[in-house]
Amino acid sequence: MNIHEYQAKEIFRRYGVPVADGGVASTPKEAESIARSLTTDVIAVKSQIHAGGRGKAGGIKMVKTPEEAAKATRELIGKVLVTHQTGPLGKQVRKVLIEAGSIPKREFYLSILIDRSLARPSFLASTEGGVDIEAVAAKSPEKILKEPVDPAIGAQPYQARKIAYALGLGGPHLQATVNLILNVYRAFIETDASLIEINPLIVDQRDRVFALDAKMNFDDNALYRHKDIQAMRDLNEEDPREVEASRFGLNYIGLDGTIACMVNGAGLAMATMDIIKFAGGNPANFLDVGGSASQEQIEHAFDILLSDANVKAIFINIFGGILRVDRLAAGVVAAARNLKISVPIVLRLEGTNVEEGRKILKTSGLNFLVGETMKEAADLVVKAVSVGA
Amino acid sequence: MSILVDANTRLIVQGITGSAGRFHAEQCLQYGTKLVAGVTPDRGGEVVQLDSQKIPVFNTVGEAVRETAANVSCIFVPAPFAADAILEAADAGIELIVAITEGIPVIDMVRVKRALQGTVVKLIGPNCPGVITPGACKIGIMPGYIHKPGPVGVISRSGTLTYEAVWQLSSRGIGQSTCIGIGGDPVKGLDFVDLLEMFETDPQTEAVIVIGEIGGNAEEEAARWIKDNFTKPVAAFIAGATAPKGRRMGHAGAIISGGSGSAADKIKALESCGVAVAKTPAEMGETLLGLMK
Repeated sequence: MNIHEYQAKEIFRRYGVPVADGGVASTPKEAESIARSLTTDVIAVKSQIHAGGRGKAGGIKMVKTPEEAAKATRELIGKVLVTHQTGPLGKQVRKVLIEAGSIPKREFYLSILIDRSLARPSFLASTEGGVDIEAVAAKSPEKILKEPVDPAIGAQPYQARKIAYALGLGGPHLQATVNLILNVYRAFIETDASLIEINPLIVDQRDRVFALDAKMNFDDNALYRHKDIQAMRDLNEEDPREVEASRFGLNYIGLDGTIACMVNGAGLAMATMDIIKFAGGNPANFLDVGGSASQEQIEHAFDILLSDANVKAIFINIFGGILRVDRLAAGVVAAARNLKISVPIVLRLEGTNVEEGRKILKTSGLNFLVGETMKEAADLVVKAVSVGA
Repeated sequence: MSILVDANTRLIVQGITGSAGRFHAEQCLQYGTKLVAGVTPDRGGEVVQLDSQKIPVFNTVGEAVRETAANVSCIFVPAPFAADAILEAADAGIELIVAITEGIPVIDMVRVKRALQGTVVKLIGPNCPGVITPGACKIGIMPGYIHKPGPVGVISRSGTLTYEAVWQLSSRGIGQSTCIGIGGDPVKGLDFVDLLEMFETDPQTEAVIVIGEIGGNAEEEAARWIKDNFTKPVAAFIAGATAPKGRRMGHAGAIISGGSGSAADKIKALESCGVAVAKTPAEMGETLLGLMK
């Protein structure tokens, strides 16, 4: 789960990770009153969307007075920002963060995430702050310091010093940097974060070390033990179809093709998208119905697939193990009848009770296309789409 | 021969009194696995009736091991309690732990891995279908009947794709030595390289299929290890070539970030190390057969 910058900064404050003074506003009036409470020469008005690259897209404005902050807020709220992370449709700004602005003297990069090959949390730090870290990793990997942490004992002060010195933050900055790093580790573990990223971490003109930006992602599997973080979820930032699917235990991701997919198992679902592409088509979605899909779930799945106006055909690829093929076929027939589905449905079924399953489809009187193999079914569905077009 | 499990394996199921645990325990038993006990805290002394056999339930794994000489545990405990269940099994002297449970918090698995470090305990999963040595022992949720004893080892990050590969092999008359679903989570037990090492020394195994997916770099590590150490033919498939960048595709492991972790990079690494990579999931079996001729 993702949260906004202003929410991540609330969590930072709770853990003693220094951030600029400020608050979130959804109206110019709120923005003005927050700006008035700040003792600063420069005020930053930052659009709150779940995507990076806001500055370049015009989503961050630096102003001098509370009145100007209100004006900037009026301009930003409702605006659709298109950045390299939002996709072509962009994201609408609903809130802005009003902050005491600062002029960074030096900028750094600091993050923590799980290194899967080590199975440990690991800090990443770089003197190249405020830029795209993936570009740094690709161009000059020697500029990125990796510091893995033993989860049995947690981040140690010597590790924080190692990072601080590598960033050139010794001397007067050492203690503040060490505290910041150790507090970031504590926040990471205690909130079950999957990523904390501070880009940039800065030293400002008054020599303070703090997080100018803040990004936190969380492990969805651990949200059950963090009700406060669950409450930070912003459904406006998510695809409504994905939200709807998750209510029925379905894992759906909308894409921009014309062939809707319904598959059991995440790996097979990805492989199905691959084979559609290989056959010359374009998948409209990823959909994993899980290992024990009921007829009700299948109906919900059809509903979600058909809510996408681009869909011209449906490809159902099921390897029935625990989920018996005959039961699935019965569910598909019933759902197709109830929902009066008009687009072609191509099925490829394999596994337990497959013969009975195919018989149910054949005798249903409905127009199903059945592929014997995955390849054949993919070719069938691609053909169905091009004929229909 | 085979790896990890065979006809002598003595299995306990942690979480046997839950609906999934009970259903799959019975399926394993019917396949011929020696299921000797179940464990559910505070249900000790009960008996679970499975397929006309009475399976005793114990409060703790330690007790179950003492009474039944079990050496392998399969875990169906709900996610919030699963890490604890794995640690309990390890503490009780279980040699191989197969964690089926999906949705375990990553930090919990980080701690489990740290606790198992330096021990002889082997962990498979979590979030996996389990392990099967066809004709001898099935531990997990895979459909048993699609398998057939034979010379091919299968290692996969995805459940249904494993079944797909096994099906393609069995329907062409090629059986399997042992099939392992290692699970789709970012932090897990045995990985490709650990299992390839075992297959290298297993005389029954003549060739291996490796099924990977986008995210992480376990496939790249496997590719390098195969080039330097593995003497048997290997075929592979990588799922997720068309997955959009940065999106989570059902497995927590399947997140592409930046240049590494993409299907293209993995396929390139495997091919450059002499592994035959199937172009589509429909050709996994054929690709391996081409190597075995």
